[in-house]
Amino acid sequence: MFKLLINLKWIDYLFLAIVAGLVGFQVWLDLELPDYMYNITQELGKIGQGLEVEMSVILSNGGIMLGCALGSLASAIIVGFFVANIASRLGYNLREMVYNKIQGFSLREINKFSTASLITRTTNDIRQIQMVLAMGCQALIKAPIMAVCAIIKIVGKSWEWSIATGVAIAVLIALVLTVMLVALPKFKKIQTLTDDLNRITRENLTGIRVIRASNAEDYQNEKFDKSNEILTKTNLFANRMMAIMGPGMNILMSGLNLSIYWIGAYIVKDIDGLGNMMVFTSYAMQVVMSFIMLIMIFILLPRALVSAKRINEVLDTKDSIVPGCYKDENFDGTASVVFDHVSFKYPDAEEYVLKDISFEAYEGETIAFIGSTGSGKSTLINLIPRLYDATEGRVVIDGVDVKEYDLENLNKKIGYVPQRGVLFSGTVKSNVNFGDNNADENTVKGAISVAQASNFVSRMSDGVDSAISQGGTNVSGGQKQRLSIARAIARKPEIFIFDDSFSALDYKTDRKLRSALKKHTQKVTKFIVAQRIGTIKDADKIIVLESGNMVGMGTHEQLIKTCPVYQEIALSQLSKEEL
Amino acid sequence: MPRMNIRAGEKAEKGSFKKSMGKLLRYCRKQWIWMFVAILFGALGVVGQIIGPNKIKDLTNEITVGLYSGGINIEAVTKIAIFLVLIYAFGAIFSYVQNFVTATMTQKVVKNLRKDISVKINKIPLNYFDTHLYGDVLSRVTNDVDTIGQSLNESVGTLFSSVILFVGVLIMMFVTEWIMALTVIGATIIGFSFSLIFMTRAQKYFNQNQKNMGELNAHIEETYSGHNVVQLFNAKGQTKKDFDKINKNLFTSGWKSQFISGVMGPVMGFVGNFGYVAVCIVGAVLASQRGIDYFGVISAFMIYVRLFSNPLSQIAQSLTSLQSASAASNRVFEFLENEELSDESKKQLQVKKVEGNVDFEHVVFGYSPNKIIIKDFSVNIKAGQKVAIVGPTGAGKTTLVNLLMRFYELNSGDIKIDGVSTKDMTREEVHSLFGMVLQDTWLFDGTIKENLRYNNENVSDEQIVDACKKVGVDHFIQTLSNGYDTVIDDTVNLSAGQKQLLTIARTMIANRPMMILDEATSSVDTRTEILLQQAMDKVMEGRTSFIIAHRLSTIKNADIILVLKDGDIVESGNHEELLKKGGFYADLYNSQFEEE
Repeated sequence: MFKLLINLKWIDYLFLAIVAGLVGFQVWLDLELPDYMYNITQELGKIGQGLEVEMSVILSNGGIMLGCALGSLASAIIVGFFVANIASRLGYNLREMVYNKIQGFSLREINKFSTASLITRTTNDIRQIQMVLAMGCQALIKAPIMAVCAIIKIVGKSWEWSIATGVAIAVLIALVLTVMLVALPKFKKIQTLTDDLNRITRENLTGIRVIRASNAEDYQNEKFDKSNEILTKTNLFANRMMAIMGPGMNILMSGLNLSIYWIGAYIVKDIDGLGNMMVFTSYAMQVVMSFIMLIMIFILLPRALVSAKRINEVLDTKDSIVPGCYKDENFDGTASVVFDHVSFKYPDAEEYVLKDISFEAYEGETIAFIGSTGSGKSTLINLIPRLYDATEGRVVIDGVDVKEYDLENLNKKIGYVPQRGVLFSGTVKSNVNFGDNNADENTVKGAISVAQASNFVSRMSDGVDSAISQGGTNVSGGQKQRLSIARAIARKPEIFIFDDSFSALDYKTDRKLRSALKKHTQKVTKFIVAQRIGTIKDADKIIVLESGNMVGMGTHEQLIKTCPVYQEIALSQLSKEEL
Repeated sequence: MPRMNIRAGEKAEKGSFKKSMGKLLRYCRKQWIWMFVAILFGALGVVGQIIGPNKIKDLTNEITVGLYSGGINIEAVTKIAIFLVLIYAFGAIFSYVQNFVTATMTQKVVKNLRKDISVKINKIPLNYFDTHLYGDVLSRVTNDVDTIGQSLNESVGTLFSSVILFVGVLIMMFVTEWIMALTVIGATIIGFSFSLIFMTRAQKYFNQNQKNMGELNAHIEETYSGHNVVQLFNAKGQTKKDFDKINKNLFTSGWKSQFISGVMGPVMGFVGNFGYVAVCIVGAVLASQRGIDYFGVISAFMIYVRLFSNPLSQIAQSLTSLQSASAASNRVFEFLENEELSDESKKQLQVKKVEGNVDFEHVVFGYSPNKIIIKDFSVNIKAGQKVAIVGPTGAGKTTLVNLLMRFYELNSGDIKIDGVSTKDMTREEVHSLFGMVLQDTWLFDGTIKENLRYNNENVSDEQIVDACKKVGVDHFIQTLSNGYDTVIDDTVNLSAGQKQLLTIARTMIANRPMMILDEATSSVDTRTEILLQQAMDKVMEGRTSFIIAHRLSTIKNADIILVLKDGDIVESGNHEELLKKGGFYADLYNSQFEEE
């Protein structure tokens, strides 16, 4: 938490100083109020003596008192302004820092946290901190000042009354502590029980076809009911415990009030004492209130601390990818790629994902990778654009180690198509012309046509200017994939990377697309991960992977004769005659 | 880039507040006894809060009078004080009972809402889930219901007691002294017009803030999940620019709404002080005419002033809180009001001994009436046949299976099983005729045995092991730490193939007379596929089976292959026949191997 507060700028500290000053001023005014009340009461007390009340005294005291109240309100408003500003600015800065940090993450860090968790850290967690700062900052400054000032005012007035106040505070703390001690563990439990309920509902939703097909609706409902029952019971217990707080604090305040009066009946000896008693009552209330304020912070704080920890985890993560500074300004539309004894494993893992991979891809060649799920195909091609860095060995593009490239320069060489089509809200055009690409309309249309997407794009209401909604939910999976491919083509890269990008397409589109690619992007060096033999049959080199090892390399004709793993894969897809 | 992400709750218009609150209230109807008890005890608790100040007034009077008459009447003081102790104690007990009952009531309502949604999930037509995201339904069960629970818990209690307190204090003030009462009301009105200046702006900024938050969420979700693409296309600058704009907007609307909600408290405090001074001044003026006793009236009103402005701000607060409850209940009831599948409790069991003849007769179907997917589909399938359905994406393969299972109702035409129309059977009966294996393997947190047995309670452990042996997954299960009692959760790493083998075993155990395999092997590599294929062949033995497959190699040995294109059968026959014909199927099949 404190680590995050360091992110406040000097202006925030200036604001904070002003806030502290103003809060002090406000407390002083608030505490002046009872003095004038006392004066008024004393004047009114004359009624009791049957004397004439001096209206001027009441009016002037009332006026000053109202002035104090107005001043207090004004400073509260100014304080509110500054606090809201500081808290929101901290939120703003933290969001920017976290966002920037995450933008620099490599796949490894993203996977470590998971995307969903990173989203909550950027939004909810920061909002928590912002809220606690806004509420807590005032209370934290105000409560001690108020408590100390009020205590100074009443100390020495009467030890009997002071003891009553002390007892009230002790009871208050005991009450809150007991309730929290009993209820807090339940609240933690509620969190996990809610997760359970969530899980069962998610299960029900994802398995809805299976559930209906198995006539298992009642089975699922029963499961849900059980979990719902426990959650409700725990919730009930916790809420019933918390319900003590309100009436408890109420009776405490009224009780203290009564005690002071009751004691007053014994110790008040004159009209001065009567006024003293009333003033003491309001100061005592202030003291109790400031304690309640402090307690509130302690209830809020644990949640904020958890959030702060989660944000710090993100901010403290070291970037695993260190960019180089080499810039290759010679974009000749083609590149050679060399894997030189490359091995890869995740930092904490024991087992290698890739072991000693070496091969060369010459300009304009097509290199294909095949192997069962988990054999390391995707990891291998992700090493080229440095989504991961090789643990051992080197990946070399045009004679230079990828680690030495300026990242933007490296990215400019590469046209990457992920496993699942990723689109962003905007238009078809803004998606194809994504990032630093500034292609003209013709290039965009050309890329769309090569990607076999012209047909459906022209059928959309505004052609290439048609809107794409968030996450591309208004186009189908296959269409998304084709637009992703068009995006890579429009970039006119030197290297294409297709990470199993063709699986979402049917055979016919797959084939058409590949032949169009071959025609229009002949010079570009291509890397293709695929499941289907048909997709890669005519590649210049096919590399067969088996649990991270390269077990075969060559053309389809060579491998079908020499590589048993390849034979097995091929056999599972084609019949004997076709091979 | 234009962003059009608006959360449904924010759209709630003013008129919908009444409507959705009305629905929520009607929903709470069953709890009316609790509600009545809550109001009753709330009223009783308030009585204490109102009588209290009056008695304090008497106490002050006793002391004041005592001071001037030479001695305080301790006996009278003690009497009043003990009475007050009782009042406070009972007041606390009453308001605790009120809180207790409110908590109980809200939890019951919340529990029922959750249950109703969960039950509803299994009752509404499947196409709802085709058009809605799971996350959306999920957040209705959790977030929305929680919001309802929280704001009901916070506001219902305080709203009742605040209204009662407000009315009570009003009456007490007029009973005590009408001029002073008018003073308090006047002062409060003046004070409140102050805060109205803030209040009217508040809503605007709150809404704006909610909207900006939604935009930020949408942007972040998009760029984080498309991280690779953003990075590799050097789009960081572009997305950062968008982010900065949203972040800036959020900052502005954030501090404004924060400021307003933070200032409300002090404003209320000022209203209290303002009232206090007004009471003192008017009191002093009046006292000069009324004499000694009047001091007690003044001290009572000093407390009434606070008691009067408190419930007003509490009512305002409860109403804001209820506003979010209304938005949430809007979403919940919207879901609960979805049309349900038709009631079939009157239908009788139709097919006793299933042979497995399936007839599609002129089936016409579309997910929406103006978009027909299956145009005029007819085919007769004999018992025991293996039927493969192939065709390009969007041809209607899965739709056919959905119709066979009666997940959707036909627009026209009929599907008959052993001569009986599926329309005359209950959905449960139709379902009980088929075993299904789908592309997405669905297993839940539970032991392997629980997953395999699922809802077939009368299947013995031996039968389970037997089925697993047949499917060829028994050996793998034995290697797990707890064998069949191993709990499947995030810590157990099952490959896609292993998961699929388990679901095949589950289908085997369910032992249904017919089988449907919908892209069952699409998410595994081709060598695992062979394993699965063998397992599925075991399950299909002697059963009428429907197979949908992406990879044509998996269906070569089907008895009949139906080639679907745009919702019509364009060809049918077995693999060799179709290849010889050289039509669409041959084209599709050969495209796998075609040279350029």
